[in-house]
Amino acid sequence: MVELTLPKNSKITEGKTWPRTSHATHVTEFKVYRWNPDDGQNPRVDTYNVDRADCGPMVLDALIWIKNNVDPTLTFRRSCREGVCGSCAMNIDGTNTLACTKAIDDNKAPVKIYPLPHQPVVKDLVPDLKNFYAQYSSIEPWLHTTTATPEKEWKQSHEDRAKLDGMYECILCACCSTSCPSYWWNSDRYLGPAALLQANRWVQDSRDEATGERLDNLEDPFRLYRCHTIMNCSKACPKGLNPAKEIATLKKALVDRQL
Amino acid sequence: MAANGKSNGKLNDLAGPSLGGKAYPIEDHHYDVIVVGAGGSGLRAVVGCSEAGLRTACITKVFPTRSHTVAAQGGIAAALGNMGEDDWRWHMYDTVKGADWLGDQDSIEYLCRNAPQDVYELEHWGMPFSRREEDGKIYQRPFGGMTTHYGKGTAQRTCAAADRTGHAMLHTMYGQALKHNAEFYIEYFAIDLIMDDTGRARGVVALNMDDGTIHRFTGNMVILATGGYGRAYFSCTSAHICTGDGGGMVLRAGLPLQDMEFVQFHPTGIYPAGCLITEGSRGEGGYLTNSEGERFMERYAPSAKDLASRDVVSRAMTLEIREGRGVGKDKDHLFLHLDHLDPKVLHERLPGISDTARIFAGVDITREPIPVLPTVHYNMGGIATNYHGEAVTKKDGNPDSVIPGLMALGEAGCVSVHGANRLGSNSLIDLVVFGRAAAMRCAEILTPGEKQPPLPADSAEKALARLDKFRNASGSTPTAELRLSMQRVMQSNCAVFRTGDVLDEGHKLIHDVYDNMPNVKVTDRSLIWNSDLIETLELDNLIAQAVVTMDSAKNRTESRGGHAREDYPERDDVNWMKHTLAWMDDKGKVDIDYRPVHTNTLTNEVSYIEPKARVY
Repeated sequence: MVELTLPKNSKITEGKTWPRTSHATHVTEFKVYRWNPDDGQNPRVDTYNVDRADCGPMVLDALIWIKNNVDPTLTFRRSCREGVCGSCAMNIDGTNTLACTKAIDDNKAPVKIYPLPHQPVVKDLVPDLKNFYAQYSSIEPWLHTTTATPEKEWKQSHEDRAKLDGMYECILCACCSTSCPSYWWNSDRYLGPAALLQANRWVQDSRDEATGERLDNLEDPFRLYRCHTIMNCSKACPKGLNPAKEIATLKKALVDRQL
Repeated sequence: MAANGKSNGKLNDLAGPSLGGKAYPIEDHHYDVIVVGAGGSGLRAVVGCSEAGLRTACITKVFPTRSHTVAAQGGIAAALGNMGEDDWRWHMYDTVKGADWLGDQDSIEYLCRNAPQDVYELEHWGMPFSRREEDGKIYQRPFGGMTTHYGKGTAQRTCAAADRTGHAMLHTMYGQALKHNAEFYIEYFAIDLIMDDTGRARGVVALNMDDGTIHRFTGNMVILATGGYGRAYFSCTSAHICTGDGGGMVLRAGLPLQDMEFVQFHPTGIYPAGCLITEGSRGEGGYLTNSEGERFMERYAPSAKDLASRDVVSRAMTLEIREGRGVGKDKDHLFLHLDHLDPKVLHERLPGISDTARIFAGVDITREPIPVLPTVHYNMGGIATNYHGEAVTKKDGNPDSVIPGLMALGEAGCVSVHGANRLGSNSLIDLVVFGRAAAMRCAEILTPGEKQPPLPADSAEKALARLDKFRNASGSTPTAELRLSMQRVMQSNCAVFRTGDVLDEGHKLIHDVYDNMPNVKVTDRSLIWNSDLIETLELDNLIAQAVVTMDSAKNRTESRGGHAREDYPERDDVNWMKHTLAWMDDKGKVDIDYRPVHTNTLTNEVSYIEPKARVY
């Protein structure tokens, strides 16, 4: 049943403190979660001293600096480095966010970095997001229509298009879902804020003709209603979106259609 | 469902070959089509092939929506005519001129003619385009080099989803791939192509990063949609993943790359972070100024001004800085002004770059200018193809000889619609038009379930040897150090302006870096998510293309589009209106030959556009 303490082999130990580069004068300390599936060891937290004179302003810059200059085995995902691809989501200074848009100086030193919480860890800061992606595909993120397709575009009024703002921008980084306590306990059955925000993006699309089926798919004590309005999702979103509001809209739509 | 790494292939040969005393068991997968890459062109090909009933695997080193297509901002060009009169022939004229007459006109006709229907298709898939207030049609904005009436007016041709068009498009296409139950192999890194004795591409060998297993994918068609190699440079708008893995594989297979000297510098990368600020910002009315507050583009391009094509604007900016009119402490960048525009317009049409400028430059664009600098952005060169996406080479005197079993798309390819310089918003349309064309070609020439001839006995050996070599690399120079020296050489010796001396020096320096590759040091020895190893394999792909780029640039003694030689300032159509083909051997020696530019069109509806002086 409920496990109140971590199993022995998951307890985080104190790791290695890597030597600072001798010439560095302005240094920021980073404490980074490490776990290697190959070595049979417990997870540990390594300490690195980043030479700020030689490093860009963002947390991702610091991680890359460490990988390039100190420890090439440090493992994390990254791609666009400008906050649009969603690769480098991680827990920084206690908050889920994107390393590439989080300034180093916006954190308390030492800067503590962990993988996104409550996901299986593949290695170091790389979480396994298969379940998250499967939940996204379960909401069928494509336009459903039955009316004959027009030769040119479907018309959509300026106002109708504006209803998608605040949702279509989602980058599937998983910061919101993995910040949600309800998702931590029930991610096998609760879709989580990211997938629900995406569900509402298609419910609200004036071109979509499957609103009823989409809502049917959500009318379930777990898939939607495990949201308890904790609001961590909206606090975490690095794109400034408000998944909690979109979930509330879905709940309201489910009530409205019964009246 | 797109389960990560769900295998539908047959498991056999688990004993597998071994190397250096270590066994690398191989899992085999047989498909009709193997697509490498899940950006815009890869996904479009996957959807098209799936629709045609071809069993299709998509191998990608990142989750599809992390591909670099996601970062495209301004839009996708198509002559819909929603904002005023437009004609695909005008789009064709602009593209030919933008390409400085190095584009193949049959391919350009195919692109511009099919662009509108492919944009409508994206819209039908659910892409959230911005809309016109008047009638709810797709909103289109002006973009550099896009004109009406063959250069006379300004076209509004670039369809946009605010300034997040690539993001909207990629997510829409991934949804469509899910709808078609496409089979994805996510976070699989393609190590090498499998070529047989007849010169046919048969598949790829890939490493599953999640568990370190090796997979051999075979199919009757391999489609490389692996993107560009912007990371060969120190400062680029490209994502970290843009390492030209397909180009590297092709060079190792003894095949050529085309027009690699043509590297596009985007005028407005944020100084110094390098993040992109869309050309759409100038399309919406933004303009550049120098230290004197002058709108200097009026001097360089009296008619198009800030909306001249990218190579023209980047050169003008470089000259302004060189002549001491740069801004900032070191006078080494310029200003992009959007502060005169209505904040409501900025909020609606350019919300993404408002955030980017705030985060990376500390600038509120409604009040202050953005510090910008020309930054490496796009590779016009790549794997030569025809307009069906089929890879071609010059063989036995035939410059259009199809390489059987191989296609290339998007930035990895060079169907040569962009020629010597790509117009903004022509790359997203390139992805969907030729992604679809490739799928149609596959449907035409392949039969679902068609039997594949036996593979050569050593089909995986080359790839495994490559993997094993780098996995155990214990030289003296860490990957990051070698990569940095490559990037510095490319940045200083193969930049916006080039001269013979600088390129000669660059040739020596970049070959020095290449020759130092056997000295590379990899620290991480594991196989599970070994990003030290992956970055080294990527560096190996990058350095090969850096060498080919430098040597192709040194070879071309004229100025055309993105290749500006100060010692040869004029375009030379007599000697140089031809594509460079560059092969590289395993010692790094580059051989160069040429293919003629296609001067034919596909139909009588448009005739060949004769070269003339390129003035904006």
